Amino acid sequence: MLDILIHLVLMVLMPPLLFGVINRTKASFAGRTGPPLLQPYFDLFRLFRKGSIFSRTTTWVFRAGPIVTLAATLTAALLIPCGNHSPLLSFNGDMILFVYLLALGRFFTTVAALDTGSSFEGMGAAREVTYSCLAEPVIFIALLVLSRLSGSLSLVGILTHSSTALWMTSGAALVMLVVGLFFVILSENCRIPFDDPNTHLELTMIHEVMVLDHSGPAFGMILYASALKLYILGAFFLHLLLPLRVAGSLQDWLVFVMSMILLAVAIGVVESSMARYRLVRVPQMLLSASVLAAFALMLVVR
Amino acid sequence: MNAASDQLLVLVLLINILILGTHRTTVAIRAMAAQGVILGLLPILLYSIQSHTLIITIFVLLAKGLFIPWLLLGALKKIDFGEDLQPLFGYSGNILAGAVATMLAFFFAAQLPLAPQHRDLLIVPAALATILTGFIALTSRRKAINQVVGYLMLENGIFIFGLLLTESMPLMVEAGALLDLIAGIFVMGIIIKQIGREFSSIDTSRMTALREVE
Amino acid sequence: MLILFMIMIPLAGALAVWLIPSNSRRPLVLPVVASLHLVLVALALSQPLPEYLSAWIHLDAVGKLFLLEFSVLFSACAWYAVNYLKYRMERDNRVLCMGLQVCLSAMTLATVSHHMGLLWLAIETTTLAMAPLVYFNRNARSIEATWKYMLICSLGIALAFLGILFLAYSMVVTGLSPTLVLEVLQGQAPHLPPAWLKTAFILMLVGYGTKMGLAPMHTWKPDAYGEAPGLVGAMLAGGLANCGLLGLIRIYQICMVTDSHTFYSVTLIGMGLFSIAIAAIFLVHQTDIKRMLAYSSVEHMGLFAVALGLGGKALYGLMLHLIGNGLAKGVLFLSAGNIHRAFASKNRESARGALRRAPWTGAMFLAGFLAMTGSPPFLPFASEFAIFRAAFSQGRPVTGALVALLLMVAFLGMSLTVVPVVFGDPPKNRERTRFSETALLVAPPLALLVILGIIGIWLPEPLYQLVKEAAALLEVAR
Repeated sequence: MLDILIHLVLMVLMPPLLFGVINRTKASFAGRTGPPLLQPYFDLFRLFRKGSIFSRTTTWVFRAGPIVTLAATLTAALLIPCGNHSPLLSFNGDMILFVYLLALGRFFTTVAALDTGSSFEGMGAAREVTYSCLAEPVIFIALLVLSRLSGSLSLVGILTHSSTALWMTSGAALVMLVVGLFFVILSENCRIPFDDPNTHLELTMIHEVMVLDHSGPAFGMILYASALKLYILGAFFLHLLLPLRVAGSLQDWLVFVMSMILLAVAIGVVESSMARYRLVRVPQMLLSASVLAAFALMLVVR
Repeated sequence: MNAASDQLLVLVLLINILILGTHRTTVAIRAMAAQGVILGLLPILLYSIQSHTLIITIFVLLAKGLFIPWLLLGALKKIDFGEDLQPLFGYSGNILAGAVATMLAFFFAAQLPLAPQHRDLLIVPAALATILTGFIALTSRRKAINQVVGYLMLENGIFIFGLLLTESMPLMVEAGALLDLIAGIFVMGIIIKQIGREFSSIDTSRMTALREVE
Repeated sequence: MLILFMIMIPLAGALAVWLIPSNSRRPLVLPVVASLHLVLVALALSQPLPEYLSAWIHLDAVGKLFLLEFSVLFSACAWYAVNYLKYRMERDNRVLCMGLQVCLSAMTLATVSHHMGLLWLAIETTTLAMAPLVYFNRNARSIEATWKYMLICSLGIALAFLGILFLAYSMVVTGLSPTLVLEVLQGQAPHLPPAWLKTAFILMLVGYGTKMGLAPMHTWKPDAYGEAPGLVGAMLAGGLANCGLLGLIRIYQICMVTDSHTFYSVTLIGMGLFSIAIAAIFLVHQTDIKRMLAYSSVEHMGLFAVALGLGGKALYGLMLHLIGNGLAKGVLFLSAGNIHRAFASKNRESARGALRRAPWTGAMFLAGFLAMTGSPPFLPFASEFAIFRAAFSQGRPVTGALVALLLMVAFLGMSLTVVPVVFGDPPKNRERTRFSETALLVAPPLALLVILGIIGIWLPEPLYQLVKEAAALLEVAR
């Protein structure tokens, strides 16, 4: 009972913190003090107090976009085990639902972008869809590999199966999955080197350009949903990278939170030390991630 | 010991893909060197440390890990500038072709009858995959030096297959093969330099004087 | 001992050439080494028992025949080189003289190797030694040719090495201790797993086939032959290509012992026919005489492959043709070199009327062409005839007819180029080169031509016995 409560509380409250950590890391790399750690919360609070302006050319799709996206992402978050604790929902085959919930969220973001009729946002939507086309196979193949390794069909089974012992026996496959998934985390969450979350130059950005017309609470929902997405994928990723098992339940949660923050720091380091890829290189990198995942599958199936 | 060698072979496969996908020649050559070092470590991992395997290891480390990359980087410094040209089917096409070739290698290796002690090892599929990807790199790249890198990958693949025979094959033939490899690369290095001088670029797609007219 | 001397003397010659500073005296080493080598070969061949150095290195009938061909051809090239290099004094000929001798040494080693690895090593060395020679002219065209030669041949040789590894591994799979000694392999071939043996054969066919210039791996050949000096072309066509053939013959000896010999026969015949067809197509309308000779070489390598595939009586023809093809290529390339020098061109548009500009050369080029395409009385007539007869008598009339048809196309195609080059009117407006026929530029190819003619009419008994013995060595394999 306590575990479920902690799970829910963390799921709701922690995501914006990750953004805060990433920004602080980047700032300290650049020699700045940077915004406070809780700045994302302040931003969200400010946005939710504002009113919304909707363009006259938009329809209900535009308004539904942020709401559906947030709802889908929240549902997906209910499926993911955090640390070693079971999530609220779990059944055989929930991994497919998980992937499709994320896809549903993306679908509504892009459709809302298209609904504005703006050419910028249409371009952003096109890019987003193209890249996710290349990123989704990685997640699917990763799920296949893990499912093959664990013999289970639910997210809990396949994610909590990985352990240090598994790393000993099929480390090569896991290394490839970890590298491939890290690429996907960066690209799905619009991070450098795939996308730059801070830029507002329409030529270089992908995700940001799609949400230019959203304002007020709607924009807040979008920001919150993207933070939540980072949280979900991060939790997924950490099961593979750091399959730590600690005795007590509370210590386990502590380890989970610490490792999430570490991941955020790692992303911040990557963002500070790399330049953004040229647009043509992005599909190549994602394709490489797919190839890595496919290799892992080949090694496991063999 | 076999698990460790398998992990290293997986690394070799990844380096193959990296070389296929990279657009910078220096990266390709360095990756080649890394592959050479891994290959050098394999004999002593697979078989115990004896004078025989030790000689091969030292020889391979020096030749593939140091000498050949040094030669190629030297040649590159003298004549080359910047990025490689777009390969025949683009970088993405190359990576895909490499992935397909690797899978085919695994499939084909499963068809060949192997000695019982080698059945669970990755050696045969890794060797075939490296040979095939080397062939792809050799044929699709357009700069002479990248073609040489492709050729070296192919040689590395052959070396991996040779690991199956390290214990039973006379050292002389292997050493001879390596020596030939070095001599070949040396000659190729000289030619690359000449190409650079004659064509003021080592882009082999500019070499079109010799072909059938009509 | 003889074998060691035959290998070491050219190497010593290479060293001597390296030490001699004078560009004009250096080539004089070549005829000395060639004559010594030829004497040693004659001695080795006159011994009734083949010299046995070790299981790895000894001389059998096949090796003897190759050795004889290499040595005679090298002698012709060496004498020719002395005068040819006089016309090319502006170029440093150190590398050329060294490369030729290292190549001779490696070719000798190839003929005596009975160890697949050693054979491979020798053949790879010939490839490397010849690379700088193709680049003798130091221009953009020759660098392009050298690059293609180097890359494609190295690739082929690498695949051949993989084939050798497969061969060795097939013994590991069977539980035998692996060895690469030819005779042992031959003895155990029937017990080896066919999947490995077939893959090894294919790899070595592709590998050594690249070296021979079997289509579709022949693409380097017209470029390298076209850009190399005439005497290098002669060594490439009559020496290196035959080294590749030797490698193929050795693996053939192993594979034909097994039950699946039909697979190997059909593969060889298919590959050979394809090569002959490609060569015949490209021979028609070929304007460059050296490139024409390259395609002619592809054609005859294809004929070798077909003969190997046919087996039986065709093997006798093959062994005879080995001499015929090698020496005729020598005649053609050396006289083509003269034509190239005389007209400063190797294109049939500007190099016409060789008979008037350089009568001996023109006549030899014509006679060489007739010999190469199998006209009596020269040796290739006898050898090609033997191959045809074997094709028809061994129940492969379609193959025989196809080969005959394609050879006819090749003959007509070549004559379209050879006739204007020999009989045409010399172009008026071109500057006259300082080339004039000297004894040493004419005598070597003429000697080869005379040998071809004499053997064609009357085959000396010892040579006949040697050819029969060599053919039997391949045939017993089945």
